[in-house]
This record gives sequence, structure tokens and C-alpha cells, in this order.
Amino acid sequence: MPEYAVEALNIVRTFSAGDVRALDDVTLRVPTGQVFGLLGPNGSGKTTMVRILATILTPSSGSATVAGFDVVKQPNQVRRRIGLAGQSATVDENLTGLENLRMVGLLNHLNKSYVVAKSVQLLNDFGLADAGNRITKTYSGGMRRRLDLAAALVASPPILFLDEPTTGLDPQSRQDLWGIIERLVEGGTTVLLTTQYLEEADRLAKQLVVLNHGKIIAEGTSQELKEQMGATVLALTFSSTGDALRAQPLLADLSIQPANIEGSVLEMTVDNGPSVTADALRRIDSAGIILNGLALREPSLDDVFLNLTGHRAEDIDVETPIETGRRGRRKSNA
Amino acid sequence: MSTLPSPTSTHSALRWAFSDVLTMARRNLLALFRIPVAIVFMIIQPIMFVLLFRYVFGGIIRIPHVSYVNYLIPGILVQTTMFGSVGTAIGLAEDLQKGLIERFRALPMARLAVLAGRTVSDLFRNLLVLVIITGVGFLVGFRPHGGFAAYIQACLLMLLFAYCLSWGFAFIGLAAPNSEAAQAITFPLIFPLAFASAIFVPVSSMPGWLQPFAYNQPVSQTADAVRGLMLGTPHGQSSWIALAWAFGALLVLAPLAVNKYRKVA
Repeated sequence: MPEYAVEALNIVRTFSAGDVRALDDVTLRVPTGQVFGLLGPNGSGKTTMVRILATILTPSSGSATVAGFDVVKQPNQVRRRIGLAGQSATVDENLTGLENLRMVGLLNHLNKSYVVAKSVQLLNDFGLADAGNRITKTYSGGMRRRLDLAAALVASPPILFLDEPTTGLDPQSRQDLWGIIERLVEGGTTVLLTTQYLEEADRLAKQLVVLNHGKIIAEGTSQELKEQMGATVLALTFSSTGDALRAQPLLADLSIQPANIEGSVLEMTVDNGPSVTADALRRIDSAGIILNGLALREPSLDDVFLNLTGHRAEDIDVETPIETGRRGRRKSNA
Repeated sequence: MSTLPSPTSTHSALRWAFSDVLTMARRNLLALFRIPVAIVFMIIQPIMFVLLFRYVFGGIIRIPHVSYVNYLIPGILVQTTMFGSVGTAIGLAEDLQKGLIERFRALPMARLAVLAGRTVSDLFRNLLVLVIITGVGFLVGFRPHGGFAAYIQACLLMLLFAYCLSWGFAFIGLAAPNSEAAQAITFPLIFPLAFASAIFVPVSSMPGWLQPFAYNQPVSQTADAVRGLMLGTPHGQSSWIALAWAFGALLVLAPLAVNKYRKVA
């Protein structure tokens, strides 16, 4: 294995004859044997990046190697060493779970008896043993995602691309999938994970790159990204949104960036937590506004994202249709 | 270099390509037999054509030296296999729409296998429908006298024609935005070929301005050849012309489809 499982240098990808720059000079180095997170909202270029690395798309310029092989010049070498699951991969709904895995195994040119044994083992591991002979049309969303991931693993690839693997899943299915991913990485697999869930990146990924509008806007470990903020978040809960709005101008000068109101909660990014808190409480009290709750916490990745882009990670779905690809096949399932 | 833990067989590239085509064809056929309703829909339309022309219009159609049912059934068979090849467009458009083509593109399989597997499975489906509609033909009084060998030759000829045509429909399936559109695009293309032809009535009964097209177009040549072979009647050079049309179509349409597949991502 080369030092980097994936190395992408200055990748640019344009669509619609150059009008849309889905990726704009993106450089990534994914170390072997860990989860690397590609974080960003819909339309930020995550899926385009994965499709380039999985040899589905070619970059407009720049170069990339996966397991040491060039994605444009040696696509078949790359394909033998990768698994792809998530929103850009899919299962055949007219086939059973077992038939799906068998098909992918045979198309990976593995021998038949091995494919069958491996498929049965994967179905067992992923809690699909009973459903293995059922047509996948009847599967739930969580079962489909697990089968999709199983299909990506039939050939035991050393490198796995997971493109928003838990988007649209219920909390329990999401936890299950996280457990599976963690076990794979313990077994030595390198995972490139794209997600718009900051919680997911925080839990799984050792290193992160934050993409926005096709550009890298931050990179580092999640701890480094939080430290980069160098600030704490003060969250004040009022009895109504009206009260929060009344309090906002009184406290404006205490926050190092514009305060954010969600419902009746006012969130401010502050430099010196304790002293600012005392100050804020005095001002609220003298204005006669009643405070229901107060919390002082370390910044989450969500705060980091807000800080970097000026908007929350999950609220700009419709703005940039870049990742819908041609034909609008890919639904933007936020 | 990384060592892969999974046992990979050591076939040549060509044998792998062949194996990939079979894997893909098997997958398509599994899906077909999973949905029995689909088979019913495939044969219901040709059966209706048989009944319509045999019993409703057939009474007023007079063709010299041959009973109308014997004239009709070979034509219906050609029409059925030709309509059957439209399935290639619909199947590929669906795979594309559902994102399956994307999965295949990230696998180390032969690139051509997606298209070849689809056209091969559609050929099998066409064979199945051909057998069923032949049975229906015999039930309504079709009695060919050309001999068994010539009958098989006729079947091979129309299956070949439909197979070559399916590469054109593969192109349409890849170019269309979805399977409904693919189906809609194929209709105006095959309508004049199917109906301004020698499938239902002799070309000589059509208006003068239509005859040159109706006589020379590939469906008429194929229908004339198939009918001649099945009934044991003279059919001139039409077998050779039909063969030339089929291979000519393949030479033009297959590269078009392959090229389109490369660009679709």
C-alpha cells in the first residue's frame, strides 16, 4: 500500500460546458487505514469527487491516484481495489439480496463458489440472512443501504467510498451502519466518507475536509477545526422567540460574530465564556427579560461550518443543483 | 503492492468479457421472469394483432395464390420481434435512471457487457415470444409448407434483424431522459417501418408514391424473406437483402450505442 490510499491533486471538474464548476482545485490526501471525512452541504461537490475517484467521471483537469493507480489511465486497476456505496451506488430491485451480491461478485471476476460463500457471510454479518432470498424491492431503506454496503464489500476492497451512507436513515439504522464502518476500519480498510451530518463526521472521521461550492474551505482533525474557532458557544434559552429577538440587540457587542436565533434559543460565539456570561445575564436581567436556560459549550462542527460559510450545513438544499448530475437522476435527499 | 485476499480466477480478458455478458444477461432474464405480468404484456399485443387481422380485417383482404392467415402470421412474427427489440431501450433507460449503470461503471467488468448483456437477454426474450406467437398462429389456422429447415432459417433471420435493431434502441435508451421518454421516442420511428410495409398487406396494393419506400425498406424485405421461407414460395433476393440490412444496421448502430455509453456518466 502506498502511504496515501487516495491522493487527488488540483482536481477541477466543470459541467454544462464550463458554466458550473462542481470542483475547483481540490487536493486531498487520504492516509491508509482510517476514515477520512468529506464534509459539505448538498451541491458542494462531494459526490462529484467520489465519482471521479471511483472512475465514473473523469476530471476536467488535475490528477488522482487510488491505491497508487491513476484513475484516468488505469481505471481497471482502481476498480479492482475499491468498493462504492451510498447515494451514487444502488441495488437492483428485481433481484434478491443474494442475487445482487452474487452479480457484483461475478462482475468483480471472483470465482463462483467464493462469491456465494462470501455473499452468505455478508448477509449474516449485516443482519440480512433472513431477507437474502427476498426481492430487494421489499426491503426497507435501512436494509437497502446495508445490502448496498455489502455489495461494495463482496470483493473485500482495501478502499471504500461511502457517499452519504446514512442520508435519509432512521437513527437506529444510522447507528448500525456506523458500527459496521468502525469494524471495517479496525480490519484495515480505508474509508472515504462523504456526509452532510457533522455528528457523523465527528464520530467516524479522523481527518476532515470541508467543501463548499466545490472548494476546500477548511481541513484538519475535527479537534483542530474546533480549536480553529478558538471560542465557546453561549446558548441562551428564552420563553419565546420574541424574547430572544428582544435580547439580541442588547448582547450584540458580546458575540464575536452575528448571533443566531433558532426558535427561542439565542446562540452566540464568545471569546471568554465565564465573564461574558455574567455580563450577558446582567443585561438580560436589567431589561426585564426572563431566561429559561443557559448553556456554555465547546463549538460543534455545526458551529465551525456556520463560522466558515455563514450558513448552517443542512439548510441550503435547493440553492445549488450541481450534484443532481445530468438527467436529474440523483435526488437531493437531505 | 497490495495483495487482495479474495481468490480471483485467471481467465483471459476475452473470457472475462464473455462471462460478464452472461452475468448481465442472466440478471436481466431473472428480472423478466420475476414479473410474470411483464411476459403477459409482451404477448398480449401481438395476439391482439393476430386476432384483429385474422378475424376482423382479414375477411376483406384477398391475396393471390395464398390464404390470408398464411400471409399474415409470418408478417406478425416479424412485427413482434421488431417491437420486442424496443425493450432494449426501455431496459437501459431504467438502469440508467435507477443509477445501476453507475454501479457497473465502478466495477472492473468489461465495459461492453452492459450493452451486450442487455441485447442478448432481449434476444432470448424475443425467442420466447416468437415461440408463443407461432403457437397462436397455428391455433388460428396458420399452415406453412416450406419445411422445417426453412422455418428455422426464417426464425433466425428475423431474430437477427431484431437483434441488430436493438443496438439502435440501446442508443435511444441511453440518450433518453427516462424510460417513458425512451418508449415515446421509439414509437414514431418504428410505426412507419411496421405499417408501411409488407407485414399485413402486399406493397402492390398501396398508393404509387408510397410503394418505393414500402417495398425497399428493411422490414418489408425481412417479411418477404420470412414469408417465402416459411411458405416455401419464391421470394427473390429478399433473404440476402434482409441479411445485408441487418448487418448494415449493426455496423452503424452498435458503434453509436457504444459511443453513447462511453459518454453517459
